[in-house]
Amino acid sequence: MIKAKDINESSKWQEMTTGCEIYEGGTSALLMTGEWRSMIPSWDPAKCKQCLLCAPYCPDSSIPVKDGKRSDFDFDHCKGCGICYKVCPFGAIDWKEVE
Amino acid sequence: MSVRERLSGNEAIATAMRQINPDVFAMFPITPSTEIPQYFAQYVADGKVDTEFICVESEHSSLSAIAGAEAAGCRAITATSSAGLAFMSEVLYVAASCRLPIVLAVACRALTGPININHDYSDSMSVRDSGFIQIYAENNQEAYDNYLQAHRIGETADVRLPVMICEDGFITSHAIENIILEDDDAVKAFVGEYNPENYLLKAENPLAVGPYGTSPYYMEARVAQAEAMKNAKRAILDVAADFEKTFGRHYGFFEEYKMEDAERALVIMGSSAGTAKAAVDELRAAGEKVGLIKIRVFRPFPGEELCEALKNCKAVAVMDKSEGFSACGGPLYAETAGACFNMENRPKMIDIVYGLGGRDFTVEHAKRVFARLDKIIKTGELGPVYSHIGQRDLREEVQ
Amino acid sequence: MAAPAYNLKAEMSKPERFAPGHRLCAGCGAGITCRAMMRAVNPEDKAVICNATSCLEVSSFTYPHTAWEDSYIHLAFENTSAVASGVESALRALKKKGKIDGNTKVLAIGGDGGTYDIGFQSLSGAMERGHDFTYFCYDNEAYMNTGTQRSSATPRFASATTTPSGTESVGKKQNVKDLTQIIVAHGSPYVAQTTFIGNLKDFHQKAHQAIYTEGPTFVNVLCPCPRGWGYKAELFKEICQLAVDTCVWPLYEVENGEYRLTYMPKKKLPVEEFMKLQTRFKHCFKPGNEWTIEEAQKYVDEKWEALLAKCK
Repeated sequence: MIKAKDINESSKWQEMTTGCEIYEGGTSALLMTGEWRSMIPSWDPAKCKQCLLCAPYCPDSSIPVKDGKRSDFDFDHCKGCGICYKVCPFGAIDWKEVE
Repeated sequence: MSVRERLSGNEAIATAMRQINPDVFAMFPITPSTEIPQYFAQYVADGKVDTEFICVESEHSSLSAIAGAEAAGCRAITATSSAGLAFMSEVLYVAASCRLPIVLAVACRALTGPININHDYSDSMSVRDSGFIQIYAENNQEAYDNYLQAHRIGETADVRLPVMICEDGFITSHAIENIILEDDDAVKAFVGEYNPENYLLKAENPLAVGPYGTSPYYMEARVAQAEAMKNAKRAILDVAADFEKTFGRHYGFFEEYKMEDAERALVIMGSSAGTAKAAVDELRAAGEKVGLIKIRVFRPFPGEELCEALKNCKAVAVMDKSEGFSACGGPLYAETAGACFNMENRPKMIDIVYGLGGRDFTVEHAKRVFARLDKIIKTGELGPVYSHIGQRDLREEVQ
Repeated sequence: MAAPAYNLKAEMSKPERFAPGHRLCAGCGAGITCRAMMRAVNPEDKAVICNATSCLEVSSFTYPHTAWEDSYIHLAFENTSAVASGVESALRALKKKGKIDGNTKVLAIGGDGGTYDIGFQSLSGAMERGHDFTYFCYDNEAYMNTGTQRSSATPRFASATTTPSGTESVGKKQNVKDLTQIIVAHGSPYVAQTTFIGNLKDFHQKAHQAIYTEGPTFVNVLCPCPRGWGYKAELFKEICQLAVDTCVWPLYEVENGEYRLTYMPKKKLPVEEFMKLQTRFKHCFKPGNEWTIEEAQKYVDEKWEALLAKCK
C-alpha cells in the first residue's frame, strides 16, 4: 500500500493511490501548519494549574495532553490563533507577535 | 442447469441481481426501470436474498448511498431511467473518480423536454463522459448476460470503475421474450465474492475517500482514471471469454452482422439493431452488399476495432437514438467519425437521428438509410451529413 | 440512557482522533467541533465519518493529507446523509454476513449550507428511514467555504456577501430556519443544540448521547467563524458564551420528544452584546438602524419564550 509520506507534488500518476484514497489516519500531521503563524503563544508551566481548559479549545490539536497533563505546544502545527490565551484562567499562556 | 424462461428485460435484470445477491440495493422509483427494484423488493420479502434494501428519497441519494456502501466494502447496486439518471449525474462522476465499482441498471428513456416516458438514449448519452463503463443490450437475453458480467468487469483490479448496464426502456424493459436463465449456483460461481483490498469498515486500517485534489494531483488522478478505462477494454473481453466458456454465449465490443463484404453499413445500438438486421436480410436477399455493426460497449469506446470492422465499407450511416443539439450530429456519430478519422481509406459517413421519445423505427426506415448510402457511393456526393428520420416534415427527411 | 460522568482530564487524555496539520483557518470552530465530536466516540469503537463538501472537507482531507484517524468519506455537498445511509446499510450487511465485527459508529458532518439548505433533502430522507447514525451540523451561519454567502441559517440583519448591508439594505431580510425543531418533527430519538462553553461538558454529553442512541440523531453546533462573522479569532469562547447568554443560541436537547433546557443563563443579556463584537452586524449600530437591534431582540425573546414553554 502506498503511504501518504511517499506521495508528493513530483509523484507520477502510477505512484499515487487508486481513486486518491489514503489508507492511514492522521496524515495531515505531515503538513507544518505552524508556518502560518503571525502570532505565537507561550506556555508558563510555573503558572499552569493543569486545569486543561485550553486543550479542547485548540482547533489544531496542538496542545498535547498525556495522563491528565499538558506539555508545551506543538509548534509544528499551532497556527497561533490565540484562543488558548483567552481561555486560560490563570494567565499561564502568553500570546505575542512572531518576531 | 440453465432453463428456458419467458421474462421481460426488467425481470431478467432483477433475476441476475437476485442470483448475484448484492450487499446493498438503494432504490428510487422511475418509469420504466421501477420494476427492477419492485421485483427485487419481493425477493427481499420472500427471503431469496439477504441484501440491505433501502428506499431512499431521490436518485441523487440512491446513487450516493450505494457509492457509500461500495466504499464501505459492499457490492452495491441501483437502477434508474431518464430524469433519474440526469439527477444522478453529479454523483456518477464522483463515484467513477473514487473508483467505486458499483453497478447501475438503466432502462434508457428520453429526457424531459417535453416529458416523455419512452425509449431513446438521451439519458445514458448525457452521462457518457461520467467515467462509467457503458454496456448496451439488443434484447432481454443480452441485458441479462451483460448484467452477469458487469460486477466482474468493474471490480477488476486495474479497472475499478462503475458500470452502467443499459437496456431499451419499454422495448426491452417491458417486452416479454424467451430467455435462457443460468443456474443460481453457476452464476454465483461465475461472479464470485467481492473482496476489496481496502474499505471504510476494514478493521486493520482506516480508509479515506474523496479528498480535495489540488492542481498538482488532479491531473494525475484523471490520467490514472483514463488508463483504467483503457484497461477496461481488456477486462471486458476477458470476462466475455470466460462467460462464453461458462455459458456458451459470445460477446465482444460490438456485433458485426453480415459485414464480411459489406460496402454499406449502419452503426447502431440496442433493440433497433434487430429491426435494422431485418432490413439487411431483405437487401442481402436482393443481392445488395449491406451490413451493420451493433455497438455493445460504448464506454470504453472501441474505436480501433471499429476502424478495422469498417475498413472495407464505402459509406456508413451512424444511427443516433439521441439528439446531441450540436447542430452537426449526435454522440454516436461524433465518436464513430472521430475514431475513423485517421483511417487510410475511410468511408463516407453520415449521421441519422431517429426514434426519439419512442418514435417508431421501421425496416422501411433502415432501407431508406441504405438507399441514401447507395446514392452517396454512386454520385460521390455526401449530401447533408446530419439529418433526422421518422419525424413529420414537409421536406423529405432522408433523401 | 444516563449520561456518563464528565471528566475533562480523562477526556483530554484520550488518543487524539482529529490530527493537526489540517488547513482550517486559525481559530476555526470546525476544528474544535471535530475534536470534540471524535472524543465522544468511545476509544474502543471505530467510526466512519461522512462529510459534506465544506471548509472542513477541503481542509481536513487535502490529498494526500487526512486529519481523520478514522475512516472518512466525502462525495459531494448535498448527499452526506445519503452516503451515511449507504455506509450504515453496508455496516448491517457485512455484519449479517459475518464479514466484520466490533462496534462502528456512523457519523455525518456538514456545515449549515450542506445541512439546512442543499443537504436538507437527503438529511430528511435519512432521518425518516431511521438509519443508525448521528448527524453533526457545524453551523457557522453562512456559506463560508465560498466566501460568506447567506444561507437559511444566517440570522436576520447579518451582512453576508449576498445580503450585504448598504444604503438600501440592513443585511439579510429573513430569520433563520429552525432546523433543530424540524429534525425534532422527524421523530428522531435524540436531537440537541450545543456550542462551546465552560469545559465543553455540554457538547460532550450531547454528542455522546447522540452517538450512542440507536437511530438517527442530530446535534446542531453553533460554530463561530472569525472571518465570516468578523470577530477577533481569539474571542471564540467569549462569542460562544454570549450566544448562549443572550439566548441567540439556546442550549437544549430533545429526547424522544421531551424537551430539556441544558443551560439557563444566570442573567439573560441583551442580544446587542452578541452582535456588537461582530462586523457582520456593524450596520445595525448606525444611527437610524436601532430598530434592527430591537427587531432582533424581539425575535430572540419570542423564540426563547416558546422554547421555555416546551421545556416545562
